[in-house]
Amino acid sequence: MFNEMEMNGQVREPYRALVDWMDATGPETLAQKRLEAETLFRKIGITFAVYGEGGDPERLIPFDLIPRIFTASEWRKLERGVKQRARALNTFLYDVYHNAEIIRAGVVPADLVYKNAAFEPAVIGIDPPRRVYSHIVGVDVVRVGPDEFYVLEDNCRTPSGVSYMLENREIMMRMFPELFSKLRIEPVDSYPDQLLKTLKSIAPRKCEGDPNIVVLTPGAMNSAYYEHSFLADQMGVELVEGQDLFVSEGRVYMRTTRGPERVDVIYRRIDDDFIDPLCFRPDSVLGIPGLMNVYRSGGVAICSAPGAGVADDKAIYTYVPDMIRFYLGQEPILNNVPTWKCARADDLKYVLEHLPELVVKEVHGSGGYGMLVGPASTKEECATYAERIKANPSDFIAQPTLALSACPTFVESGIAPRHVDFRPFCLVGDDIRLTPGGLTRVALREGSLVVNSSQGGGVKDTWIMAE
Amino acid sequence: MLSRTAENLFWLSRYVERAENMARLLEMGYRMALMPAAGDGNRSEWRSVLSAAGCAEGFDSDNTELSQATVSDYLIFNRDNPSSILNCFEYARANARAMRTAITQEMWEALNGALMELRKTSMRNLAKTNLPGFIDWVKSQGALFRGATDSTILRNDGFDFIRLGTFLERADNTARLLDVKYYVLLPETSMVGDGVDNYQWTTVLRAASSMRAFHWVYRDDYSPWRIAHFLILNPFSPRSLAHCMENITTHLERLARQYGQRQAVHSLAVDTYSILNHGDMDEIFSHGLHEFLSDCLQRYRALSEAIAETYYFGGQ
Repeated sequence: MFNEMEMNGQVREPYRALVDWMDATGPETLAQKRLEAETLFRKIGITFAVYGEGGDPERLIPFDLIPRIFTASEWRKLERGVKQRARALNTFLYDVYHNAEIIRAGVVPADLVYKNAAFEPAVIGIDPPRRVYSHIVGVDVVRVGPDEFYVLEDNCRTPSGVSYMLENREIMMRMFPELFSKLRIEPVDSYPDQLLKTLKSIAPRKCEGDPNIVVLTPGAMNSAYYEHSFLADQMGVELVEGQDLFVSEGRVYMRTTRGPERVDVIYRRIDDDFIDPLCFRPDSVLGIPGLMNVYRSGGVAICSAPGAGVADDKAIYTYVPDMIRFYLGQEPILNNVPTWKCARADDLKYVLEHLPELVVKEVHGSGGYGMLVGPASTKEECATYAERIKANPSDFIAQPTLALSACPTFVESGIAPRHVDFRPFCLVGDDIRLTPGGLTRVALREGSLVVNSSQGGGVKDTWIMAE
Repeated sequence: MLSRTAENLFWLSRYVERAENMARLLEMGYRMALMPAAGDGNRSEWRSVLSAAGCAEGFDSDNTELSQATVSDYLIFNRDNPSSILNCFEYARANARAMRTAITQEMWEALNGALMELRKTSMRNLAKTNLPGFIDWVKSQGALFRGATDSTILRNDGFDFIRLGTFLERADNTARLLDVKYYVLLPETSMVGDGVDNYQWTTVLRAASSMRAFHWVYRDDYSPWRIAHFLILNPFSPRSLAHCMENITTHLERLARQYGQRQAVHSLAVDTYSILNHGDMDEIFSHGLHEFLSDCLQRYRALSEAIAETYYFGGQ
């Protein structure tokens, strides 16, 4: 297992100043700082909501004080790799809703696209501004060695967590100003500004003058509500709910104290299924009736575009390196994790025979739900899961259990290595932008590989060292 | 500004103001109950506090014995009492959360901090063992929120909706505070104008945090006429009905200017303001103070509804 901080008994270069500082500070002061940080989070109200499990529905995501650090050269490679993926994924999305060349060329199987629940027939033929469907791509990356990075998955529809990237930094700068003045760490605070630029750059055809932008949230009950309000606030745009918007004569309006006001760009944080009850789920009360018609006619831009989910499906994921070769004529900079597709007979056979070694995921699942982590499971659990796979093989993929890198983390017993992953956020509009930073998630339980906040994971600040 | 946001801001500040005024009502009850003449099982102070708070029915339906402990618990912590201090802060914070972008970090922290503290059991103890200490705490939370608002929020229409909520609620509550005096009965041995009566009147002043201010204006003339005048007609008294109405008209005027439109709600406010502006204490007392106050309360209700209608609250 690769330790981010140490190699061959030596402290790795990017961590040296931090380690010196921690040694000089001492565990007691650090423990004290940790309590202070928690109070700050609670006070500011940075929570995520978990409903239906009892207890306080507004929970804090555990925050770890010890940052995860990348050198400038590590970051350069990640940055190029992530941008490359974001470009290919968007080209793919435009393609599958237009000429479907990649399918005709036999690179991606038609069934995977057209039978995909996230494929949106209502979007076929629509030309979104700048041909961009997924404007914010969150790429989950793990590391297994000094130079070995793997992409775990792509998130093409409204990936969350960016508020933690920004707030974690805010807290760290407040708690450890001396570290920031000593080290040269790339700032992340340009993200909201870049997001606003990106949203402005995708103004719809019919928009005249400066586009009016809003963030659309399902409401205060949503688990990522804090992030929605945070982003709207940072960009200085309205945070709206479906009930605040309506469609009239081919345009979208919001209800204001002065009467209706036109809206041009909607950064939506609600799922496709719910955005327009006339087009998708008729029982949705979160959306705006008629929105899709306006979208189709170029009266409004939607970020991320409906139907973008077809690109971040776990089955499609396996084809992303092929997409990069097909559309961009380049070799992928970041590798996929080797993946077995249970839809294929050979792969299925291998997976069933090696279950205790593998991680098996539902193709359409998200957030760490419904997956099997072979090495951490009992025989019975594997057997039960095998039955599920056999019943619907094409719903599952499997990957080797990666030895995720570990980063020193504050836990009950002191400082100990815990597994981490990493999600940088890539913005796609008139330009492709990547903020130097991202969200590092950490599995707080010893040995655990599951970093999702819904499964008891925590977060860390991520530092990109300036050159 | 989104109509929903305006509505939330308006109610948010009403709830904070209401929490504080519940504390003021409690303070009155507490002080009146300290009077020796009020002893002998005469609990009319606490009953009058409940009546003035508009909570008498709710309290009675619980079939609880009437005492300082039960009334204060009902007014502070009872979840079924929509006006309990705890609920006021819960609603205020829920409103704030539903439009985090419209308020500043400082305002949020003031609200969030108050609620976090209030939810702790130690607060329940404080209210039990040291009611005046608890009341001071609630008042300071209100002050903190208003101070944070005053020093951090943009002076745009959002600010006007916040202040409309504050002053409408304050006017409503000062009227109720004065009305306690109507509900509270003098012991049989006492009469209007004697020691007990005067003590009760000065208690109204105290609860409105107006003792010193009153003294500056009227010296030591603590007659009911003067006290009522101070809290109803005196435009310099920050909790008087006249002062509140002056602010309400100001903020409605500001909205009319910003939006370039005057509407029915503006004349309604001006009408009410002019009644207070040209009011005469003798006349008010001769027609009945309680009747006058009831009329005011009704006008505030109508104003609140008119504001909601004019600015499309409730997604109209």
